Amino acid sequence: MTMTGSEIWTVVHGMVFGAIFLLGFSAAIYAVYSMKAEWLTAEGLVKQVKIIQLYLWGLALSVWAAVLSGAYIVYPLYRLTPPTGTTDLSTFPKFLLLASESTAQWHEFGMEWKEHIAWFAPIAATVVAFIVSYYGPLLTKKVGERRAVMIFFIFAFGAAAMAGLLGAFITKYAPLH
Amino acid sequence: MTTNEMNKPNGPVSAALLAGGIGGALFGLVTLVYELNDTSAFAKSLNWYNPTGGLSGKSSLGVIAFFLTWAILHYVWKGKETNFTLISSIAIALLVVGLVCTFPPVWHLLAGG
Repeated sequence: MTMTGSEIWTVVHGMVFGAIFLLGFSAAIYAVYSMKAEWLTAEGLVKQVKIIQLYLWGLALSVWAAVLSGAYIVYPLYRLTPPTGTTDLSTFPKFLLLASESTAQWHEFGMEWKEHIAWFAPIAATVVAFIVSYYGPLLTKKVGERRAVMIFFIFAFGAAAMAGLLGAFITKYAPLH
Repeated sequence: MTTNEMNKPNGPVSAALLAGGIGGALFGLVTLVYELNDTSAFAKSLNWYNPTGGLSGKSSLGVIAFFLTWAILHYVWKGKETNFTLISSIAIALLVVGLVCTFPPVWHLLAGG
C-alpha cells in the first residue's frame, strides 16, 4: 500500500482539498439559503452567522488549495515530456493519453477544460465568503444580495464539480505514478 | 442589530461581485486568445512558470485582475450605495463569458477546426 510522492499529491489535491469543498458545499448553500429573518431568532441568528462565516472561509481556502496544488504540483507532473525514444509512457500521463486516438480526447477536451474551469471556483467562493462576512446577520434582510451569493456559490460548485469529475476520469485512464 | 448595521451600504458587495466577474472574464479571454494561437509571442509570454506552462500566466492574470479590481472598486464604492441589480447582473454575465471562453469546443469553433 505504498504510494509515490506524485500519487500522494494527486490524492491531497483531489480527495482532500477538492473533496472538502465539494462535500461541504451542500451544507453551506443550505446555510446561506436558510438565512431568513422569519426562520431564525435574533440569538440563533448571531450564533449561526459566525459559524457560517467561518465555514465559508474554510471552504474558500480549501478550494484555493485544491487549485494551486493542482496547477503547480500535480499538473507539472502530468504534462512532463518523455525523453526522445521513450516507449513506456505510463509515467507521462499527458503523452500516454495523446498516444492513442481512443484516449486523446481525455487530454484535448478533458484536461484542457479541467485546468481552466477549476479557477472559477476559488474566485467565486471567495466572493461568497466575503459577502456573508460583510453583511453578517443583515444578510437575512437582503434578498437580492443573498440570491446573488447563492448564484455565485452554485457557479463555484459547478466549476469545482466539473474539474473534479474530469480529474477522476483522467486519473482512471492515465494515473500519475 | 444596531442602526449602523441595518444601514450597511452595498458598495463593497457590488465591488466583490463585479471583481469576481471581471477576473473570470479576463481569465477566459486571455485563455481564448492563447488557445487560438499557442505559438504566438503573446502565448509564449504567459509561460510564467515553465513546469506549468501557459496556464501559469493565464491563471495568474485572472487572479491578479480579480484581486486588483476588487481593491480598486472597494476603495471607490466603500460607504456608497450602488445599483446592485445592474452590477450583479453584469458580474454574472461576465462569469458566463469567462466560462464560455474556457470551453475547448469554443476554441476549435473559432479556430475553424
